[in-house]
Amino acid sequence: MTTVEMLDTDTEQQLRAAVRKLLSQRVEPRWLAAGYDGPTDRGPLWRALTGEIGVAGLLVAEQHGGAGAGMREAAVVAEEIGRTLAPVPFLASAVVATVALARAGDHDLLTRLASGESTAAVATSFAAVDVRPAVTVEPSGLTGAITTVAGVEMADVILVAAKAADGIELHAVTPGRGVTITTGPSLDMTRPISDVVLAAAPSRRIEVPDAIDALNRGLRAGAVALAGEQVGVARWCFDTTLQYVKQRVQFGRPIGSFQAIKHRLADLWVEINQAEAAARYAADVLGRDHSDSDIATAVAQSYCGTVAVHAAEECVQLHGGIGMTWEHPAHLYLNRAKADELAFGNPYQHRSRLAGLVDLPPR
Amino acid sequence: MAEDVTADLLRRIQDLLDSVDLDSIGREDFLAARYDAGLAWVRFPVGFGGLAMPAEYQPLVETRFQEAGAPGQLPGRNGIGRGMAAPTIAAVGTDAQRTRLLRPLWTGAEEYCQLFSEPGAGSDLAAVATRAVRDGDTWIVNGQKVWTSSAHTARRAILVARTDIDAPKHRGLTYFICDMTDPGIDVRPLRQITGEAEFNEVFLTDVRIPDTDRIGAVGEGWRVATLTLNNERVAIGGGVPREQGMIGKVAQMWREHPELRDPAMHDQLMAYWVEAEVARLAAERLGQRLAAGQPGPEGSAMKLTFARLAQAISGFEVQLAGADGLRYDDWTMRRPDSVDFTGRGPGYRYLRAKGNSIEGGTSEILRNLIAERVLGLPPEQRVDKDVSWKDVRR
Repeated sequence: MTTVEMLDTDTEQQLRAAVRKLLSQRVEPRWLAAGYDGPTDRGPLWRALTGEIGVAGLLVAEQHGGAGAGMREAAVVAEEIGRTLAPVPFLASAVVATVALARAGDHDLLTRLASGESTAAVATSFAAVDVRPAVTVEPSGLTGAITTVAGVEMADVILVAAKAADGIELHAVTPGRGVTITTGPSLDMTRPISDVVLAAAPSRRIEVPDAIDALNRGLRAGAVALAGEQVGVARWCFDTTLQYVKQRVQFGRPIGSFQAIKHRLADLWVEINQAEAAARYAADVLGRDHSDSDIATAVAQSYCGTVAVHAAEECVQLHGGIGMTWEHPAHLYLNRAKADELAFGNPYQHRSRLAGLVDLPPR
Repeated sequence: MAEDVTADLLRRIQDLLDSVDLDSIGREDFLAARYDAGLAWVRFPVGFGGLAMPAEYQPLVETRFQEAGAPGQLPGRNGIGRGMAAPTIAAVGTDAQRTRLLRPLWTGAEEYCQLFSEPGAGSDLAAVATRAVRDGDTWIVNGQKVWTSSAHTARRAILVARTDIDAPKHRGLTYFICDMTDPGIDVRPLRQITGEAEFNEVFLTDVRIPDTDRIGAVGEGWRVATLTLNNERVAIGGGVPREQGMIGKVAQMWREHPELRDPAMHDQLMAYWVEAEVARLAAERLGQRLAAGQPGPEGSAMKLTFARLAQAISGFEVQLAGADGLRYDDWTMRRPDSVDFTGRGPGYRYLRAKGNSIEGGTSEILRNLIAERVLGLPPEQRVDKDVSWKDVRR
């Protein structure tokens, strides 16, 4: 445990404002919904975020072309992305892959990621708590299958944990020969998942003392940034619902004047504030590599996902019939919230993990 | 916090510590010396126990004195005095009142209780019917108050009474300091579901209060009282270290009794642990937001969560205790000097926690407060708002 600054610093406020402005100009619910009916071009949005604000370089050191910022800043960006559901590979590339590569010390690739010239994804299920190698190093190339991977459809570098004769190796694969990426329908089409099949795929080995550790650090950072994203999703759902119940009139009164609705929103507001505190604390301690960070991460991921889902569900319910329509964006947030709840492990899994960390064994 | 200000504060603390013999000085004397040195409530005005400094310096003062092994306030005692009466007297009282009341309040020589709630004025506190009628320089008070903890030990009370029955309810109230040794005060224990009588009923019959013990203007009682209610909510919902309170009790039982463990209960335990931890972090965040400012309606959120978790976790604890959950430590009628929500056994904790969502504002009222004051949702219909108090149904 440690005392941390729980509110936005000036730098964080500026970053938040810049990201919010760009996303509000470029991300529109109708365009997001179109992504459910067919592919949409998401490249320009990602290029704008990386080129104009440099979000891909936040977690890259300055000498490698990054901003040398920290997890708190990454969580701020994730929160704004959650607020708008911006369909960009920030989490997959700028957080998970970047943190793993920083551990591995692949500075050339880091520099390309930081500039936005390259985009990477770790080939592991979006629902995985830890990386489990499903690929083997064969003389002909990497072979194996990884399912439900996020961000890989936009990646030009795929990071793979591969079993070799003398342990687990970290490899970089370029989409192309020997690589099949199938992006089918996903619950959340603002962050679709893909199945990746490697059949004698050519690869470059990245030297790292402990490949699994490097990748798991990436996933842990992803889980913390995700908590920020979940707060953003919850905030949008809450703000939108609050606005709606103030103007929707039934029985001659705004429905927000009924206690049944006021009390639900008061409770939800309390929950979201708590989620925000948990997410902020987790980002702060992970960023400082503090000894409390495993506990903080597990706490944030045990809580924030559930709150985001609750907020999205309340958004649908309190909008009544309109919340059930394709036209209203509530469903886009519901799908994102529900998929996010599973990402990097669901709250049950994080609570199980937490039990071991705080000496509360199951039996 | 500015460095030179901190240095000056630390020097004052050291000067005080150097001037007394900690081994021989009594608690009250030491606290009196702290008051005189302006080191009681540093945010209070100079000459009234403070140094007119921002409240954020207070924790530093407490820590320093604690480290030095100096005697502090008795825990669990005079919460109404320190949490409600003192800030109100400091904010609204005259210099004469501050001089006379704050020092003995701080040292614990004079403890306070709260004469606000009545049988007919619970959530609707502004409906109080206890009357105060002016008789020259004195007020004559008649009525009945309830839910008064420490009424049998307190030397003084903060009292809200109706001074104008023609005005609408919020505008006819006045705030007083009441002498609990007045012969017209009759305190009767009110036994509660835990078996003990932590609270009292207080009957006031021709109680005489000098006008010099009126705090704030006549008819301003509601505004003055609301000031301290906000303080109470923050006091009840304030931040605590990890694994404190109910969750600490349950975690301890889980660790010490492997034979009680059950897989379904384990997930529930972890869910509560997480909730208690995020509530703690949210309290910390709120504390930082309010560090310099006044307590606002956001404090209600903390109290809401605190009450919900205390009830849920204490209920869980009774089940976790297994067959021993069927036992109860003691039903003997007592009048405890202080309250400890997490004291005694699981059964007591479970029953006592039921009060957490009622005392200091029911959870339902707090949700209204958040919805209306923070979220800007339309207020409840208030049929009695602009009606003369004497014409309101009750």
